[in-house]
Amino acid sequence: MIGYISRRILFALVLVFAVSSASMVLARLAPGDYVTATLGAGARREQIDAERARLGLNRSFGAQYRDWLAGAVRFDFGRSMQYDRPVTDLIPESALNTGILAITALVVATLIGLPLGVVTGTRPNGVVPSAIRGVSLVLLSMPPLLTSLLLVFLAARSGWLPVGGMTSSGGGGLADVLRHMVVPVAALALPLAAMFERLQSQAMSETIGQPYVIATYGRGVPLSRVIWRDALKNALRPVASVYGLVVGTLLSGSFAVETVTAWPGIGQLMLGALRARDVYLVAGCAAAGSIFLALGTLLSDVALAWVDPRSTG
Amino acid sequence: MKYFGLTLLAVIVAAAVAAPVVAPYEPDRSFRGLLNAPPALVHPLTLTHQLEQRYEQDLTKRVPLEWFAHGRLVSSSDERAPLLLLGSDGYGRDVFSRLLYGARLSLLVAVASAAGALLLGGLVGGIAGYAGGLLDDLLMRGSDFVIVLPAMYIALALRSAMPLVLPPAQVFALLTGIFAVVGAPFLARGIRAIVRSEKRLDYATAASSLGASHTRLLLRHLLPAARGFIGVEITMLIPAFIVAEATLSYVGLGFPDPVASWGTMLQEARTIRAFTDFPWLLSPAAAMFLLVLGLNLVVQHTGVAPVYNDTDASSRRSRTDPDAVRS
Repeated sequence: MIGYISRRILFALVLVFAVSSASMVLARLAPGDYVTATLGAGARREQIDAERARLGLNRSFGAQYRDWLAGAVRFDFGRSMQYDRPVTDLIPESALNTGILAITALVVATLIGLPLGVVTGTRPNGVVPSAIRGVSLVLLSMPPLLTSLLLVFLAARSGWLPVGGMTSSGGGGLADVLRHMVVPVAALALPLAAMFERLQSQAMSETIGQPYVIATYGRGVPLSRVIWRDALKNALRPVASVYGLVVGTLLSGSFAVETVTAWPGIGQLMLGALRARDVYLVAGCAAAGSIFLALGTLLSDVALAWVDPRSTG
Repeated sequence: MKYFGLTLLAVIVAAAVAAPVVAPYEPDRSFRGLLNAPPALVHPLTLTHQLEQRYEQDLTKRVPLEWFAHGRLVSSSDERAPLLLLGSDGYGRDVFSRLLYGARLSLLVAVASAAGALLLGGLVGGIAGYAGGLLDDLLMRGSDFVIVLPAMYIALALRSAMPLVLPPAQVFALLTGIFAVVGAPFLARGIRAIVRSEKRLDYATAASSLGASHTRLLLRHLLPAARGFIGVEITMLIPAFIVAEATLSYVGLGFPDPVASWGTMLQEARTIRAFTDFPWLLSPAAAMFLLVLGLNLVVQHTGVAPVYNDTDASSRRSRTDPDAVRS
């Protein structure tokens, strides 16, 4: 078990290192740099050179990468040229916003998707299960990009909910943030809930056909108890194993949701950094993204290993 | 329901293929004075509020439609009162025509990416499954690595290695390449598992003892066994690619503006006014939904749970591949 976990941690570290270096290299390879992107075409030669020297962009790529790497092991990811603040200052704020969005969406999706999946999985016929299945299928065909466009459209037309950003201008209390969260969280959670519903439904319908479930029912245990206690426990495993992979989906989905709803998360930060050719910030954002992913996969692997020891191998 | 899905797909594909005939106008044809105009069929529009771009239909007049003229299915007979089935965008271009031409590009990107992913995934998976041993380990570790990468961020980083504005042909090649690489591991894993188990079956041994070379055995006998898996996997990758193109174009990292793709059209709808006042600009989103719904209906009723993204591919993978569960 410990060997398994330490192997997973090592893998996570390699992942974070590879992703951040790769994006550093790629962002640097791109033609143009921060100076040409901000000063524009009209800038004088000396001005460009001076600005490059100030930001350390005139060094060779090897030297720049070596310095960045040497800093990175000490958790110093360089200084953002765009905001003139250390990257490690900028990222936690955005990462927290993305984290709030993603985790809330995951919880909401689980709370909606799993119970509904149990209902549809145990009842093949009936109006309610059919309706749920239909809605699920529709939502499955709407990736977060589409749900967020639809919800922003509804919110903007009706005026019930604020659209865009995390707080109203001038700031606001927790209630204000919560009101702003409704649209992005729903946009991210709905397709996910539909996916959980389908998976849980499938697992459930397979489980209730098993002899032990029928035997329990045959001994007079009430049906609801058989379903919600005995069968559910076993039917949860296939769904639980998906959670690790969902992290990647959440991250990609939250990028789309963040851009549509202007949620100030890590995707937004990275997009801005890419446009401005702010290489250190790009690398930092990619690192943060891969840390999210590595952490998510690690947690779910450990949880799965704990639930089902066969999976450690 | 399956036939409904198939019909939906057939209509979308036919509309895309026949775009030059079905679309009333060229995708880059702009009608000055009709910026952000609402849908208009037979009654001409008049601008009532310049600044807010509000229009009114003149219900007293009718502009006759021209059927089968100038090589097009239908068009308006009066150039000043065009047929705008889905309104016009901020440059006065017909949204419906752009939607049809955009479908061509969006579908082409998705299909080309899927083909690339199949080629790459089939190669990697086939070789890994056939050769086994160290090569198998290396190739599969590589695929595992690509699978867990944050795909959207990788696409962003790779896209950023190029200038922000590129000619459409280069964007096409770039997007297709990125999507193929990101999508290939999903195919590779499944194909490897299938090739690995098929290779031990009698028919493979028979073919090999009859003198079939490795290449022939792999291409003619083992890979065809993965047909069903490949079909399902491709149907799930295509929607993911379409949405990815749309997302990248939406944030301005995809195709440049005059080109019509569903993503660049959505970019037109980035302002809040598009949502409140010009909802017809969102029609590419509706088109995307219908396409994905059609694919999902077809996949679901062929016996596999539909999911638009990578998660299902992996959950099914663990069912088909006993090795995947252990590793």
